[in-house]
Formats: sequence, structure tokens, C-alpha cells
Amino acid sequence: MQPTLHDSPIISCQGVQLAFGTGAARQNVLNDLQLEVNAGQIVSLLGPSGCGKSTLLRVIAGLIEPDAGSVVVDSESVSTKMPHSLREKMSFVFQEPALLPWRNVLQNVILPTQLRGVHKQKETADFVERLLGLVGFKKSDWRKFPSQLSGGMKMRASIARAMSTRPSILLLDEPFAALDDMLRSKLNDMLLAIAAEQKCTMLFVTHNISEAIYLSQAIAIMSHGRISERMEVPFLFPREAGLRSTGQFAAYYGQVAESLSKGNS
Amino acid sequence: MNLTTGKLLGILAPFFVFGIVATIWHLVVVWFKIPSIILPSPIAVLNALWLERMVLLKASWVTLQAATVGLICSALFGSFIAVAFSQSSLLRVSLYPYVIFLQTVPIVAIAPLLIIWSGNNFRTIVLVATIISIFPVIANVTSGLLSINENLRELFRMQSATRLQMLTKLRIPAAIPQLVLGLRISSGLAVIGAIIAEFFVGNSGQYDGLGTIMTSRQANLKTAELIAALIACTGLGILLFGFVNLLGSTVLRRWTRVSGFESDK
Repeated sequence: MQPTLHDSPIISCQGVQLAFGTGAARQNVLNDLQLEVNAGQIVSLLGPSGCGKSTLLRVIAGLIEPDAGSVVVDSESVSTKMPHSLREKMSFVFQEPALLPWRNVLQNVILPTQLRGVHKQKETADFVERLLGLVGFKKSDWRKFPSQLSGGMKMRASIARAMSTRPSILLLDEPFAALDDMLRSKLNDMLLAIAAEQKCTMLFVTHNISEAIYLSQAIAIMSHGRISERMEVPFLFPREAGLRSTGQFAAYYGQVAESLSKGNS
Repeated sequence: MNLTTGKLLGILAPFFVFGIVATIWHLVVVWFKIPSIILPSPIAVLNALWLERMVLLKASWVTLQAATVGLICSALFGSFIAVAFSQSSLLRVSLYPYVIFLQTVPIVAIAPLLIIWSGNNFRTIVLVATIISIFPVIANVTSGLLSINENLRELFRMQSATRLQMLTKLRIPAAIPQLVLGLRISSGLAVIGAIIAEFFVGNSGQYDGLGTIMTSRQANLKTAELIAALIACTGLGILLFGFVNLLGSTVLRRWTRVSGFESDK
């Protein structure tokens, strides 16, 4: 571990402002938002539906242009017209697995590398093979098509696809919202394993408090288009599944829940 | 093969209805002493069908060729036009009204004109079949190319995909189900187009399709033979539709493959 890794913000949002709609229906989605995420950290964006979490993620990804404010990733300014080199540092995991139904698992996972023209390199193939193992795919499942997979498996493939280009930043938009609790905690552990191995910065959007605590070093509570509070999670890494049933976890859960309801009252 | 009673009923019931209708038809003809040039009995029709089987088969083959070539032209040119429409909104807004015009113009009205231009030949029949069957392909494929899931588009944007990559790796494969859907509708239209064109090509001796046969039977008041030809037309429509359906479901297996499909391996 490099000691400096956690010191400099790799994502920095300053005074980000964004409104949707026109005329009287115009509504602020992001409101003078400040957020910093240090390199190698996992930060959860926690907030109720409609608070602007997903929109913020898309602004950081350079998919939506904010009305005002600046987003800086790895000391470069983000915009919808940012250079490929900056865009390629980031990867996005959507709420739905968003797999291409006509491609099998392997073909889906290599898609981003294919778009960059590096899918034939031996290095890529080796990495994709490791990734598929890491997210829990047996070799016999590589040729399956999305319609043959369960919801959890689709999401695993979707995460492997996002990681296939070795992004330094992974943006996740409530990827496990549709899964049951058992599966969700399994995939949380899988995500932590990937983060530990790839030393990847993650910004994880969720409205599940327990998931936010379990996954991250810090929780940014979002309400009405701004970060109302930032909480450092007191539990050390690596996280273990048993953590969720401890008293400290429950106590901290209460604290986060309180901040969340305070911010959104 | 183990057919359940439900399936068996599904097959037998329509035949039963056919039997009832044919019986009533026959009784009506006998009871009211309807002259056979107005309405021949079903037995007379069957008889005509049998006696003329070679003529009808030959004519069906000719018409089938024209309809199939027309359908293929529709698939090719229709898809090509749809791709052009998907790439340029200027092209789309300026030409789409004319495509709709193609759909609304009564084909019966332009067939004579086309014969003047193109002659009493196979090419004209194909041309009419194409014109009448191209609209569903253009409309469906265009909408398929344009209505791409937002997340999938973002996925490609995140990888700085080029316009061409977006087209070949996302839009076109995603539009295949719509192409199949369009072709299902077009298959029936292509047969109609071919037969209508054959009405106008007439009995010049150069061309003998089902439509040609029908006009000559009508001129000679050979009603039973006319109905026999009508049955052949219907059969032809079903044949082409069935073929397109079969082809479509083979192609679409990937898009809609369900978990149960694995048992085939």
C-alpha cells in the first residue's frame, strides 16, 4: 500500500449545480454540491430516491453537463467533451445489468476492451479470465447468454465488464437494488474483493444503509441535491460478513439512519 | 411427442369449424339451387383444386418467387434506408413523409403505371411486391435502431465508442428483433403485392402467376377454379409467413433465449 494513496482527492466536485425542466417546472437536482473522494477509497452516496444520487454519478462520469461548478477527476476537468484518456479512467455500473442479449457472458465482458481495440491482446484475455473468476463465473458459464442467467449472475457479469478496462474509478449506481439481501451481501463481499485486488476507487450509490456502511470508508449523505453530511465509517478493512451482526454495527447504523433522516427532513 | 388434450383441441377445433362451415356452404348451394358460376359447392371447389393442381402449383411457384424476391428486396433496401434514417435526423425528417406516402398510396393505382414503365414481366411484379412490403421494414427497423436502452448508450459513451461502433455493435444488433417483426408483416404484404401486380400484367402469355390465372378464370366465369386459386393464394401467404417466422425465431433465439433452452445441449 502506498501511504499517499488516501491523501489526494481523485474525484473533486465543487459547487456543482444542475437543474432539469424549463420554466416553472424547473427544479434543482444538484444544488451547490461539494464532494471529495480520495484515491483508493470506497465512498457510498446514501440518500432517498430522487435526491440526485444517480444524476451526480452521471455528472462525474461526464455523461451529463452540469449548469455550474466544476468536477475534477485525477486533476483533469470533466465534461461531456472530455478527452478519451480521462473518460477511460472511469467505468460505470448501472442499476440494471444492461448486458447485450445477443452476446454471451465472455463477449459482454470484453465489449469495452473491444471498443478500445485491445481485446485481442494476451494481457487483456488473461485479465478478463481472472476477473470472471473473481466475480464468480465458472468457465462453463462463460458461453451462457444473459437470458440464461439469474439476476445476480447478470450483475456479476456487468461488474466484470466495468472492470475489464482496469478503470481507476468505478462508479456504481445502485447495482444491487433489485437483489435479495442474501445475494446482496454476497455481492458486497465480491465487490470488496475486487476493490482490494484492483486498488480501485469506488463511488457507490445506494439507499441501503447497511450496504453503505459495510462497503465503504466514508458515507456521503445526500439530500435535496447536496451532501448534507459526510461520515467516516469507523470499521477497519478487511470487512467480514459477521460485522453486520455486531453491536457496534447496529449502533453505527442508528447513527447513520439518524443523519439520513435529519438531512432529509 | 406427447400432445396434451389442450393442444390437440387447439389443432382439431379449427378443422371442426371448417367442417361445419363447408357443410353449411354445401347445403346452402344445394338447397337454394345456386348456379355454380355464382357459388360452386365446396366439393366442386375441391374438385377444381385437384384437377388444376399442376397449373396452380406452377403458378404458385412463379408468384412465390416474385413475392420472395420482393420481400428480400424490402429487407435489404428497407434496412438500408432505416440505417440511413438512424444516422441523420435531417434525412429522416425530410424523407419520412415520403415513406409514409409509399404506405398510403393505393398500390392498385400505381401498378398500371409501373407496368408501363417496367413492362409485363417478373421485374415489375417484384417491384410492386417490394413497394407494398417495404414500409413495415423501414418503420420497424428505424424505431429499433433509435430506441436503444439509455444505459446501453451510456455504456458505449463511457468507452468513447465511435459512431460506427455504436451502429455496428449496438444499434444494428439491437434492431434485429424489430427487423424480424417488420418482415412478419411484410411477408403477407409481399404476396398481396405480387398477386395484385399479376392482375395487371394479365394474360399476355409471358407470365403465369396466381394473379394472372385468377383474372383469366374470372373472365371465363370459372368460379370454382377461381376459388381454388384463391385457396392457393392463401396457402402461399401462409407459407411465406411461416418461413419468415421460422427464420425469425431461429435468429431471435439468442435475443429471447430462456433458461429452459439449455436442455437442448
